[in-house]
Parts: sequence; structure tokens; C-alpha cells
Amino acid sequence: MELYSTNRLTKVDLRHIFNHMVDNAAARDPLSDVFSALADPTRRDIVARLAVSDATVTELAQPYDVTVQAVSKHLKVLEEAGLITKTKDAQRRPVHLEAEVFDLMTKWIERYRRLAEERYRRLDAVLETMPEYEKEEGK
Amino acid sequence: MTTNTKHETQIIVDPDVPLVRIIREFDAPVEKVFRAHTDPEIFRQWTGPNGYENEIETFDCRTGGSYRYKTSGDGWEGWFRGSFHEIRPNEVIIQTFNYEDIPDGVSLDRIEFEDLGDGRTRLTSTSLVDSFEGRDAFIASGMEVGVNEGYQRLDEILAAS
Repeated sequence: MELYSTNRLTKVDLRHIFNHMVDNAAARDPLSDVFSALADPTRRDIVARLAVSDATVTELAQPYDVTVQAVSKHLKVLEEAGLITKTKDAQRRPVHLEAEVFDLMTKWIERYRRLAEERYRRLDAVLETMPEYEKEEGK
Repeated sequence: MTTNTKHETQIIVDPDVPLVRIIREFDAPVEKVFRAHTDPEIFRQWTGPNGYENEIETFDCRTGGSYRYKTSGDGWEGWFRGSFHEIRPNEVIIQTFNYEDIPDGVSLDRIEFEDLGDGRTRLTSTSLVDSFEGRDAFIASGMEVGVNEGYQRLDEILAAS
């Protein structure tokens, strides 16, 4: 049921998406790279900090009990997923969060979640109107 | 990636397997929550998006049975169908789910019912598809900024970096 995710679903939308799915069947999947990059708690924390302001690798490494090299590895994963960029400042090379990409992923997931929540609120209301006799029936 | 709001639906988009998992608790006993999934007259009342109507054609909710229903609203209508693969009362429903206009886009859904005691139930609904592209497309379907635009934007950023 959960795949049924929209109140603005149209046949055109779905065909469009399906064509995309076929076209890209063999291609690498950038969205999965983003989900995968954000699956790690340290990388999520880095993203949260970059949402406040740009920072250098050294600054980003400070709060963690890990080496700068380890943080650089996390940053490489985030960079390959398109979530961050290194800005052109030659000296400091501060890391910049591509908020637009991050927001897009978050919005997709949040909207999907919200549609499920709306559906389950209707289920809450339906459950309240149901009689209580199923207990004997169900067991 | 997990988004969790207290007392609200929790969603898990798995990074390693093309599935989406949705978890929600209900202030109702497990028997009742289960019946709301297996009785077509009750199911019809809550499934689908807000403001849409459901018309059940078939709903043979038993192991080996099948279902088909029409959802309509906002000038749109679509048919959905699937097979019930395993039904264990107050425990689990395993079924397929499919939008008929995309016959190859089938998901395998596992809906688990967990008795939390005190008349409360946890529902865990997992939808598995056969590619990450398919999973992502379902999540983004009908969005104002759809999956294509999202990929384009990602391509631009990846090309520029």
C-alpha cells in the first residue's frame, strides 16, 4: 500500500517516471548514493553542521575522536553523492553544503511520510467507529 | 535515513536494499487494526490519499487470494491490484501491490501487526521493489519536483564539482 504515495498522481507523471526508470536501468543511481551517504551518523552530523555554515576539514574534524583523514573519507562520500562541494578558496578550501540537493531528498521522504500519516489518521478515525466484538472473533 | 516525529508515522528509506518501511502505532487492539486491513468495507474507508474515493471490485483476503480496486478523485482514476500471498490473523499480511498502468512495477509488501498490550498496536509496513530507481521513483511520484528534475539537478552539481 505504501507505494501509493500521492494525491497528485497522474498517469502522465507515472509514465514519465517509468520511462526514466527504463532509460536509467543500467545507470548508477544518484539518489541511492545520497541515501547511502546519509545512512552514516557521522556524515549526518557533518551535514547538520554544514547546514549552519561552511567549514574547513580541520574545523569539521575537531569535535570527533577521529583523524582528519577519516573525516576526509566521509567528506569524499558526501561529495560523490553531490551533497557537498569544496569551494574554490585555494587556501582554506572550505566545505559547502549543497542545501538544495539535501532539501530535495528530505522533502521527497517527508512528503511520502506525511501521505502515510494522513492515511493512518483516517485509519485512526475508522478504528474509533469500529465495534469492539472482534476480540472473540479474532482469537 | 530516518525521520521520526513522536507519535507520528516513522519512515525508513533503506540505503542497501530497495525498500521503504513505514512504522506507526495505533490506540486500538491488534484484532481491530488487522480487520481494518482485511475487511473490504473498512479498508475502502481509509486507504489512498485524502479526498479520494475507493471502489472495491475484488477483495479475497486469504492466502492465495487477490484484490483489485479503483481509486478516483481530483479528475483522476486508477486501478490497483495484487495477490495475497500469506495471511496470518493479527500477525502478518504478505501481498503484492501494483498500479495497473505500470504492470512491471510490482512491490512486495509485508504488513506486520504487533500487539503492544493495553489495547495498542504497532503496524510495520515494508514495501520492496526490484530496483533502487523504482523505489526512488515511487517515493518521488507526483512531487512538484519529480525524480527527473532531482536527477538533473544532481547531474548538474556532480558535473560542476
